[in-house]
Amino acid sequence: MPVDPVTALVGDQADKETYRAAYERLGLDKPLPVQFGYYVRDIVTGNFGTAISTGHPVIEDIQRVFPATVELATLSLIAGVLLGVPVGVAAAVSKGRAVDHLARIFGLFGYSVPHFWLGLIALVVFYAWLGWIGGAGRVSLGYVDVVPTVTGMILVDSALDRNWEVFRDALRHIVAPALILATTSTAYLSRMTRSFMLEQLAQEYVTTARIKGLTEWRVTMHAFRNIGVQLLTIIVLAYGGLLDGAVLTETVFGWPGFGQYLTSGLLAGDMNVVLTCTLMVGVIFLALNLAADMIYRVLDPRTR
Amino acid sequence: MNAVPTPLLAVEDLHVRFATPHGEVHAVRGVSFEVGRERVGIVGESGSGKTMTGRAILRLTPRTASVQAKRLAFAGEDLLAAGAARIREIRGRRISMILQDPKFSLNPVMRVGEQVAEAYSAARKGTRAQARERALDMLSQVRIRDPRRVFDLYPHQVSGGMGQRVMIAMMLVGEPQLLIADEPTSALDVTVRNQVLAILDDLVEKRGLGLVFISHDLNLVSTFCDRVLVMYAGRIVESLLASELPRAKHPYTRGLLESLPRLGQPRERLAVLERDPAWLEATQ
Amino acid sequence: MSAIYFTEVAHSPTQATVQRLYFGWLRFLKNPLAVAGLVVVMLLVLVAVLAPWIATQDPFAQDLTQRLLPPSGKHWFGTDQVGRDMFSRVIYGSRVTLMIVSLVVAIVAPIGLAIGTIAGYAGGKVDTVLMRTTDIFLAFPGLVLALAFVAALGPGLVNAVIAISLTSCPGFARLARAETLIVRSSDFIAASRIQGASAVRIVLRHVVPMCVPSLVVRMTLSMAGVILTAAGLGFLGLGAQPPSPEWGAMLASGRRFLIDYWWMATFPGLAILAVSLAFNLLGDGLRDVLDPRSES
Repeated sequence: MPVDPVTALVGDQADKETYRAAYERLGLDKPLPVQFGYYVRDIVTGNFGTAISTGHPVIEDIQRVFPATVELATLSLIAGVLLGVPVGVAAAVSKGRAVDHLARIFGLFGYSVPHFWLGLIALVVFYAWLGWIGGAGRVSLGYVDVVPTVTGMILVDSALDRNWEVFRDALRHIVAPALILATTSTAYLSRMTRSFMLEQLAQEYVTTARIKGLTEWRVTMHAFRNIGVQLLTIIVLAYGGLLDGAVLTETVFGWPGFGQYLTSGLLAGDMNVVLTCTLMVGVIFLALNLAADMIYRVLDPRTR
Repeated sequence: MNAVPTPLLAVEDLHVRFATPHGEVHAVRGVSFEVGRERVGIVGESGSGKTMTGRAILRLTPRTASVQAKRLAFAGEDLLAAGAARIREIRGRRISMILQDPKFSLNPVMRVGEQVAEAYSAARKGTRAQARERALDMLSQVRIRDPRRVFDLYPHQVSGGMGQRVMIAMMLVGEPQLLIADEPTSALDVTVRNQVLAILDDLVEKRGLGLVFISHDLNLVSTFCDRVLVMYAGRIVESLLASELPRAKHPYTRGLLESLPRLGQPRERLAVLERDPAWLEATQ
Repeated sequence: MSAIYFTEVAHSPTQATVQRLYFGWLRFLKNPLAVAGLVVVMLLVLVAVLAPWIATQDPFAQDLTQRLLPPSGKHWFGTDQVGRDMFSRVIYGSRVTLMIVSLVVAIVAPIGLAIGTIAGYAGGKVDTVLMRTTDIFLAFPGLVLALAFVAALGPGLVNAVIAISLTSCPGFARLARAETLIVRSSDFIAASRIQGASAVRIVLRHVVPMCVPSLVVRMTLSMAGVILTAAGLGFLGLGAQPPSPEWGAMLASGRRFLIDYWWMATFPGLAILAVSLAFNLLGDGLRDVLDPRSES
């Protein structure tokens, strides 16, 4: 641990006695397997422990911060799909030509750029220098807790409340982190879409469509309809990847979501927070993978 | 067998070349022929260039291919000079093509009836309802007994024979004048083959279409078509009436004929075609 | 003719391998982007090795009278908040990056290969146990898993390397296993077995060489991700500790000053981008040469 969990609890001014008491209370004097046993028992009974910095149960904290990350990740995913899929289709249709190469280069950048650095640059250029977007956090200070919390997602809540001022402000704050977070998934989606489309465009039914005298656009749509299921599958998988990227993006933009909760817990030496958060991410990731698998099996007309 | 003033299709000195990683492939080497309101069969083995000839007419060759000809005209109109939009108009409405295997040539995620209706809309315009009616009508013309039920089926739910009939319906619903059939029965069971051929025969006859029948099956072509063009290594080595086949002169054609087993003429050994490299240089 | 043909038949396995490598190299050279990637990677190695001669100044030398200076003739990348020359720090940072990359490869390649080939070749219970274990690791996305490991191990360069290696191993092992399964059922393996070769010998001499091409590709492509993850950990303060000139950590410390002193974060970020991009380009190029069937 970066910080000793006992010190995190009692502070570094505590004397030896207090330290010893806390050490025993945390069960750290017991052998490791026993500690692990306590931990498993706790988890099974739904007790994920208390966060040191907030004093609340970790579960409650997570419930509080999770919607922020969901909002960010969902918007990112939408951006990724709206940008990545058309680019992938265009790249496949114009294979080997300029558009394809351009798409490939952008994709490469998406995979290679450290997106937390991109976030820093975006904040400096678009917030500090140009003032086009909002700064750190989800809303400017004056708008915190102004709209009643229904879903925990400020965009949704402010729209429900018809408070368009807050909505615009929230939008200004979420635009940059969402787009930055979307870079990797856009690259991934565009690459996979291209791959799927190329596979379809080589099929005989595409020739049939051409023989019928359909325009190139309709021919492309014929092929596109066949990748629907595959696309849905990778979109679900991409969502999982977004959770991963959210950790750093939230740190850069001061976004009070799950990722930031995890990192601050980590830096404070709060074992409960770290373990619980990691477990949650694992569960979500697994659930998404399973969902993707099921979607594929249920929706593919050929397997009916 | 009819002398038509302007032939439906006029091909003169057609060349199709591909660039491949291993060098250039010259698939079609100076092919010339004409098609009127008649049935012309193009026979050849794999690699003879017969499929590429068919595709070149409709400009369906792969992007890496280059198509050149002294003349490539349909009803007097120059196909080579035609723009992309004009070619799209010609496809389906004037010239159509049937592909080999309905398992692959039909869009798997679209209902078969919709695919036929779409072919009509692309060729003749009209409302959705009209297209649907024409599609249903066409489906019954290819002797599908319950067109309404089949309309809503997906390709994987129909048999091979029915799928190919759907293909024929799709390609004739736009009422083209010339039909190119690229191995239309090669993927079908023998029992189904005759059914499909009968339907094709009937429709071509009734509508007075020109037909280009591409196949590797010499027997089939000789019974179905009026004229036969034999292709080898990208060239037409012999062109003759179907009725004159037994008197074919070119050694390749003779070799093909002799290697066919015949019920009435039992032989100790089937003849094996021996290829003469001189055929590669032969001119028509 | 654009194709290249063997001009003579190989007389020994070594000669055959050399020929294959040579022609593969020629094909590789035809891809300008891949060559660019290779050049940058070699540049990284060169810069790292020759750092003391390339850096203009001592990367650790602080001079508070020279704080936060913009790029100039004397300080090509400017100075940071304690007066250290940014250019020299970025140059020396390449050493840290190179060390991370090398260590990760050194750990993941043999371990992943071993686990994958053993699981694939042995099959049965061994396979199931090993694969379930890797599945547990694969249930977590990369950065989160690395964070969890660093939480357990503590911050620092070596721990970061271990954490990253642990997160990369499972994917690598899976690939090795997939390749092994393909090879396992081929005839020449059966022939080897009939001749009485032991399992170990078969795996080492026959299975492993068949896996190498796709694994090399995968490893190269992962390097880009490793660099990004390492930079991310450094950014969070969990990687190489100050005053070590690790690029991610430099971004973190430069963050506060970024608005008025743009050079603080630009150059380390560009360095990360360049190296990551280079590995991606190199990996793509290698894949086109070594493993063309895996790309459309």
